[in-house]
Amino acid sequence: MSATDTNPPLARLGRLMRDNPMIPLVVFLILLIATLEVMRPGIVMPFRGGRDGLISTFWVGNLIKFAIPLAMLAACQVLTMLTAGIDLSAGIVATVAAFVCATLSSIWGVAPAVLIALASGLTVGIVNGIGVGLVRVHPLIMTLGTGLIATGCLQVYQRLVINAGAEIPGFLVWLGTGRTLGMPNGLYLFIPFAAFVICLMRFTGFGRILFALGSNERASMLSGVRSWQVYLALYALSGLIAALAGLLYLGIIRQTSLSLANPLLLPSVAAAVIGGTSIFGGRGSYAGAIVGALILRVLDTMLTLLQMPEGARTALFGIIILAVTALYVRITGSR
Amino acid sequence: MTEALRKHAWTMGLLALLVVLLAATKLIQPSFGGPGLESLARAALPFAFATAGMAVVVIVGGIDLSVASMMAVCAVTAATLMERMAGVPAIFIVLAVGLGMGLLNGALIVVTRVPDIVVTLAMLFVWEGVALLILETPGGATADWVEDSIRGPFLFGWLPKAFLIIALVTAAIWIPIRRSKLGLSIYATGSDEMAAFRSGVAVGRTKIAAYGICGLFCGFGGLSLAALTGIGEPVPGPYLLASVAAVVLGGVVLGGGRGGLLGPIIAVFILRIIRTILTLMAVDPNVTTIIEGTIMVAVVMLGTAATLRSARR
Repeated sequence: MSATDTNPPLARLGRLMRDNPMIPLVVFLILLIATLEVMRPGIVMPFRGGRDGLISTFWVGNLIKFAIPLAMLAACQVLTMLTAGIDLSAGIVATVAAFVCATLSSIWGVAPAVLIALASGLTVGIVNGIGVGLVRVHPLIMTLGTGLIATGCLQVYQRLVINAGAEIPGFLVWLGTGRTLGMPNGLYLFIPFAAFVICLMRFTGFGRILFALGSNERASMLSGVRSWQVYLALYALSGLIAALAGLLYLGIIRQTSLSLANPLLLPSVAAAVIGGTSIFGGRGSYAGAIVGALILRVLDTMLTLLQMPEGARTALFGIIILAVTALYVRITGSR
Repeated sequence: MTEALRKHAWTMGLLALLVVLLAATKLIQPSFGGPGLESLARAALPFAFATAGMAVVVIVGGIDLSVASMMAVCAVTAATLMERMAGVPAIFIVLAVGLGMGLLNGALIVVTRVPDIVVTLAMLFVWEGVALLILETPGGATADWVEDSIRGPFLFGWLPKAFLIIALVTAAIWIPIRRSKLGLSIYATGSDEMAAFRSGVAVGRTKIAAYGICGLFCGFGGLSLAALTGIGEPVPGPYLLASVAAVVLGGVVLGGGRGGLLGPIIAVFILRIIRTILTLMAVDPNVTTIIEGTIMVAVVMLGTAATLRSARR
């Protein structure tokens, strides 16, 4: 690994991986799944005797089902990280959206509830955008602060609707828990969503401006980019995505809680980072983040299968995130 | 020169705000005095140490997301050790554990060249897991004199012991470092890593040392947590967000190189006293969270706007 500079074939490998950051990620994901198969033969391919190669849709479906909300929140991180920002309010926004939707749909019906839930996410995003774009507060602080405010608002709101009861809209349950051909229905939402994000990043002017702002903000502003408009749109979009992820997560978990999606926040940052998005801006890919989210979920399964005490599992999770990122930095030679 | 003036102006402003808030508390609750101040200082104890540690790391140009988890590790270590052995050696072991964790954080950042925020994010999980491994459920015990050491006033009726501990510990650790070569290196590395490197500062070692100091403060934070509750609690508290908020409020610039430790610690007291005032005014504790967040965002917005204006001039 450290000998990449002296060894020509290895150096070439390093260059190949630098040009195609997806290769080591996918290889790592496959290795992880292979290890899982060794640990618990049959988890990936239960019918290996007769019908070789038929994938057990149950486990893979489950894996994908739980990776989807994580990957959606990772989209918030990837998009904001492109401009050297971060969105630490994403987890709380998702929770707020889920809670608002669940409580309001029993009072006002499903459609207004969903709209208000998305609007609340959009609001937090716009506030973030104003802070980051117009007042130029550090995104870490701004999103942390709005997250704190949103948590407080959620708690106050919860006491207002404490008697209303919760009702989870049927179509969210269908999206969250239903299956088509063994695959989770969440993919109906996620595939168009992922295509949208990837196209946004690759083929639109907005995406190019995000990369430009992250590479060199001053240069792009001198070239005529009105950065505050971009930041406002970016953080508003991020809030909207987080709210959408929260709605989907509500359908998966089918329960309301005041900290529903909060535990997803730090893993979403981890997924984006593992996926090769630079926290300093200017470089990143959403496809990588999706693979990152899958890797995290496979790791989760693996550590659960090992039946270790919870502490060891959490610690190992952290060590693996660090190891993967360090290895990635070494191989691709970038930060 | 004007820069130094501006920096001190911020700290002075915070101090004035603190005095105003204390006066406001006295107005709202005329009986507010020694005991009120004492419980305020006691509640601020773990926050102050977390903030001091975070401030050092932010000054060096990094950020440590794992402070709360490290404090949890130190708290459970303290509680398990004090159940079995004398208090004094246990305290030293806990501080050594804190220092060791911080040094490891720093070493990993320097060696792997992964951004600080990612390394400490990963270490947040690691230390959280370690705390759970040491103590699965809240338990253990602390020596009585340790608990007594942070309770009650010192000498005069109005100076809480907890406040004295914060002042002494922070001064004893930070002032010698600030005056030494290490302190200069920390500020140099924080303001421009490349320039510091080219002027011969051992950037890597400085960073590791700064994270070590942060770990040491987390050791004190963990000890005060154990002393406050009398047991060890393996689940990290809300100290990460609070410490970042206090550091920024305290005038330390994210990105490094500017600010000190006095401002952030005053900021901790400001944030705590706002909470006290709102409680005294019988405001819903949940609204308190909203107000705290709003204050934090507003202060940072004002601070950034002021910096921008002075930069344009």
